Amino acid sequence: MTLPNSLRAQPDPQGHFGEFGGRYVAETLMPLILDLEREYRAAQADDGFKAELDGLLKHFVGRPSPLYYAEGITKALRKDAPAGKGPKIYFKREDLNHTGAHKINNCIGQILLALRMGKTRIIAETGAGQHGVATATVAARFGLPCTIFMGAVDVARQQPNVFRMKLLGAEVRPVTSGAQTLKDAMNEALRDWVANVHDTFYIIGTAAGPHPYPELVRDFQSVIGIEAKAQILEAEGRLPDLLVAAVGGGSNAIGLFHPFLDEEGVAMLGIEAAGHGMDTDKHAASLNGGQPGILHGNRTYLLQDEDGQITEAHSISAGLDYPGIGPEHSWLHEIGRVKYEGITDREAMDAFQLCCRAEGIIPALESAHAIAGIVRKARDMDENQIVVLNLSGRGDKDIFTVADEMGVKI
Amino acid sequence: MSRLAITFARLRTENRAALVAFVTAGDPSPAHTPAILDMIAEAGADVIELGMPFTDPMADGPAIQEANIRALGAGTKTADVLAIAKGFRAKHPDVPLVLMGYANPMLIRGASWFAQALEDAGIDGVICVDVPAEEDAVLGPALREKGVDLVRLATPTTDAARLPAVLEGASGFLYYVSVAGITGLQQAATDSIEAAVAKLRAGTDLPIAVGFGVRTPEQAAAIARVADGVVVGSAIVDALAKASGDPEAARALVSQLADAVRTARVGAEA
Repeated sequence: MTLPNSLRAQPDPQGHFGEFGGRYVAETLMPLILDLEREYRAAQADDGFKAELDGLLKHFVGRPSPLYYAEGITKALRKDAPAGKGPKIYFKREDLNHTGAHKINNCIGQILLALRMGKTRIIAETGAGQHGVATATVAARFGLPCTIFMGAVDVARQQPNVFRMKLLGAEVRPVTSGAQTLKDAMNEALRDWVANVHDTFYIIGTAAGPHPYPELVRDFQSVIGIEAKAQILEAEGRLPDLLVAAVGGGSNAIGLFHPFLDEEGVAMLGIEAAGHGMDTDKHAASLNGGQPGILHGNRTYLLQDEDGQITEAHSISAGLDYPGIGPEHSWLHEIGRVKYEGITDREAMDAFQLCCRAEGIIPALESAHAIAGIVRKARDMDENQIVVLNLSGRGDKDIFTVADEMGVKI
Repeated sequence: MSRLAITFARLRTENRAALVAFVTAGDPSPAHTPAILDMIAEAGADVIELGMPFTDPMADGPAIQEANIRALGAGTKTADVLAIAKGFRAKHPDVPLVLMGYANPMLIRGASWFAQALEDAGIDGVICVDVPAEEDAVLGPALREKGVDLVRLATPTTDAARLPAVLEGASGFLYYVSVAGITGLQQAATDSIEAAVAKLRAGTDLPIAVGFGVRTPEQAAAIARVADGVVVGSAIVDALAKASGDPEAARALVSQLADAVRTARVGAEA
């Protein structure tokens, strides 16, 4: 396979990352996503847009997020590793952002686009509720009405986030079709959008969906990797040996990885949710356990049966519980630039507790998957090697799930 | 000439529109569908649209979503859908059959496999909701090679500048989605449909069928006066669902729709 000179030049003008991505939407939506693309190109060329975005990221979100030497985890892993093994681990602290995760970076960017386009109503889908809370937050900040679609099953198990969204003025609409989780919430958001194209902007929460969403979400999240690059150069005087991030749809991972894609010495590891194990049908690992197909506006790896019917994903982490993945990850997987491995619910739970005790940080269960990934790799890495791990969110939202898993009543 | 072209040409000489009737294959089970299709053809539908069930029917309203869930719940496979079509073709050699659905089940085994399977089953055309003109390469060339019509959708958001791109490679008929929305819920005003059809006619010689939200014989007749075809789906699916898939439960509705479409232009003009 011939590779382009830069791995950062995707997608092509039609929104394809190799054979992935594209614009697989109903005709009703095509004119709108073409408008969105035009508006995004105009915004990219507008210094005023960038200045407003940067100002909000600094003062409303609290950026830059720290790059923090995770000394506790580094030492804990070296203790269990052979002599001279166990890399130096840094956390990119996206958990310290306003609303507690990386999701807000993207929401700020998209709502500024919505305002540029003169849209007066915001919709979004959410699984665990983190993207819903981030969307409700920016909608409140800019005074736009906001409807969040959330599977009825998720509404029941994520009551604190449902209440947060309502406090922020959003309407939360429970979705009772299908398995009543994230995939169905996205179907219902698309149905609403198609009926309200004239006034409604859909803030998609991950680097997936029809072009230009995968590109623009990646660009808004790339602030993570751009900051991390400057911060690691300042701290260590060199680039890291390995980047690690959890991958559901993949927005936090692509945000960290993308600015480093052309740095040959930097390896990258994306962690998929292996749920009960890759030898079961209860996982959410689209790359390791799925095959290419078309869903929700893009061609990408999907969990599906032989007839192309989409199968249900499973992960202890609601944020990873989705049967697809962003199309750029599918491309990076196929060309081999990024390695993707699965981490089970059990491994993620162990890493969650390790991080709490060794580091004094309660990580999101999504981020705990990434931590488990480096726990697995640490024994084989030299102690003079450097790892940057995206701590994409804080784990306060997950304490009920974790307690339940540990058999503790709270 | 394809079966769709022959049928629409014949109806044009009869100065009437076509009734295009939709049902979901395998709803409520694959064993029910053949008798339902027979009833629809006997009751006077001119074209049959057979829905290919999918787990994630993003463009469909509640009635057809539930039909998809029932069909998949009953274990309907792609092989069943094709077998149903083949059986229908053997009994009804002249009634055009169009498969409507979503890209993933259609393309999972590759576009060439799909086009060959359509030819083998005697299916005349395909409506693929989530493959717009921009992504034609994944489906269109394979269908054209086999002479299967690719029916494209135009919507209220498709403007004159965009229409030529939508029509490029389209054949059979043009399906005008009369409301920006999902299937089965609201209906557009008749005068807005008339204006939209007039604009489409300026851009194409293809027959124009209008659908989304058409439920009653009165609505069907109003559209049949201005368009070449009227698509009715959710109302038929609902009638069948209430009777657990007994075809007789929808016979009266389909007959009334067919009569309404047949007589809509009688006396309207010379």
